[in-house]
Amino acid sequence: MQLTDLTMLELAAKLAAGAVSSEEATRASLARIQQVDPKVRAFLRVDEAGALAAARASDARRKAGGPASALDGVPLGLKDIFLTEGVETTAGSRILEGFVPPYDATVVRLLKEAGLPLVGKLNMDEFAMGSSNESSAFFPSHNPWDVSRTPGGSSGGSAAAVAAREVFGALGTDTGGSIRQPAALTNTVGLKPTYGRVSRFGVIAFASSLDQPGPMTRTVADAAALLQVIARPDAQDATSADAPVPDYSADLEAGVRGLKLGVPREYFTEGMDSEVEAAVREALREYERLGATLVDVSLPHTKYALATYYLIAPAEASSNLARYDGVRFGLRAKDARSLRDVYALTREQGFGAEVKRRIMLGTFALSSGYYDAHYLRAQKVRTLIREDFTRAFQQVDALLSPTSPVPAFKLGEKVEDPLSMYLMDIYTLPCNLAGLPGLSVPCGFTKAGLPVGLQVLGRPFDEAGLLRIARAYEREHDFFRRSAPL
Amino acid sequence: MALTLEQVRHVATLARLSLTPEEEQRFTTQLSAVLDAVDQLQALDVEAVAPTCHATLTSSRLREDVTRPSLPPEKSLANAPAKSDTSFAVPKIIE
Repeated sequence: MQLTDLTMLELAAKLAAGAVSSEEATRASLARIQQVDPKVRAFLRVDEAGALAAARASDARRKAGGPASALDGVPLGLKDIFLTEGVETTAGSRILEGFVPPYDATVVRLLKEAGLPLVGKLNMDEFAMGSSNESSAFFPSHNPWDVSRTPGGSSGGSAAAVAAREVFGALGTDTGGSIRQPAALTNTVGLKPTYGRVSRFGVIAFASSLDQPGPMTRTVADAAALLQVIARPDAQDATSADAPVPDYSADLEAGVRGLKLGVPREYFTEGMDSEVEAAVREALREYERLGATLVDVSLPHTKYALATYYLIAPAEASSNLARYDGVRFGLRAKDARSLRDVYALTREQGFGAEVKRRIMLGTFALSSGYYDAHYLRAQKVRTLIREDFTRAFQQVDALLSPTSPVPAFKLGEKVEDPLSMYLMDIYTLPCNLAGLPGLSVPCGFTKAGLPVGLQVLGRPFDEAGLLRIARAYEREHDFFRRSAPL
Repeated sequence: MALTLEQVRHVATLARLSLTPEEEQRFTTQLSAVLDAVDQLQALDVEAVAPTCHATLTSSRLREDVTRPSLPPEKSLANAPAKSDTSFAVPKIIE
């Protein structure tokens, strides 16, 4: 076993025992990146000097007897949506090429304070708009399990890097499934926390009422440990939640005996890949064997979630992305003579096709004469979708479903058909509309060797419950030990 | 619903996007398809339903209204495409 095959917590134990140094672990991570990233293309940029300096500082702290946290010294990757002071941050867009943030996102500050060396910035769909990483302005990332396929999106670079063992864990963001779907497609664990649980300060905004940062790791316990570092009220994010932060690892091994787990019938629909369905149904039987009771539940407004999402998210995006105007940072069109041209030409040259499409859709949905019929109506349907979940959680402790309707698809397969790409998120985006926590845990492979993910959805602020439920399954099926054929 | 080319051009103006003729054509087709798909929401009776305007599940946080250190001008301006002293510079808007 190589050093890079260790989970975050296994590495943390070795660091604590003095068996390995953070500098050795960070160098191993950097060497692995050099070895496999030409094939995976997960990284937009690697910060070797910054990571090694942080690793040496971690080793010095430990020698002096005072590690900063349980994960002090464990190298991590960041989706390129998190502002990192002094390190270029682009959100996968040409319009931010060369942008060097003057401050850290709150979660980046928390990771630095906890002593985790940050090895680099990971590829993503431009402004997190996409489900395959192909809308990255720079290049698509590849799935380590089959490099002709997508690792999913929008946090596809993060998922690919974790699956390829280039980093021990990563942070992603999830607006409609952007943590969970790539996790499902790469045999990794992805956790989207409750809206407000993790600060959005310094996280480049896509849709502000839906965006939420979260951990992407190889194991459930690693996700719990990483969430422990970043889940914190933040005075710099007005939507940050005051809810107390529990010990996410305390009940991890408590099992599922006696729990009621809902199976929403609307999440097992036509269009689902038969091997995905078989793997998820087998996981449901495993939960029964482990002592949980499965309950058939209905979330009747599920079929409206996609339409609701594709009005609300683009509307918020069109507003958020108004800031990219060529005035304060990023690209400015060279040929612009008037201020109006600075805006329109910069945005025309700086944004890619998917981003323009969503800005156009959102601007239309918010425009005079269409606001009531589209945006306001979507906000009302959003209420109905939330109420479906509230009713379900009166009956059950959590919900189980597939994360993605299909395993990883070929790069290039869906690029020209936005609607078929949007369908990739049908099981993940209702959770964002309702603000709930959701998690994807590996639940097997197709015959062709492509990973399948099981989704667990829970009550607001019950991340601990989701982690415990996912861990009960993972304890029986340690798919995370399998390494991708690179 | 089908969008017309004129509507697409109007929306592009609102969004400050200087689209190419090919993009105008493509977005007319693609956005019409997306709007057809989202039209299903019209079938729901939402007359009595309150809109969800944000996803915050706890009460909003308020902080004391006190001055705090903020970015110094040189840091704020470090990424500016054009600057003049301590200001962002843009083309002249009044002749």
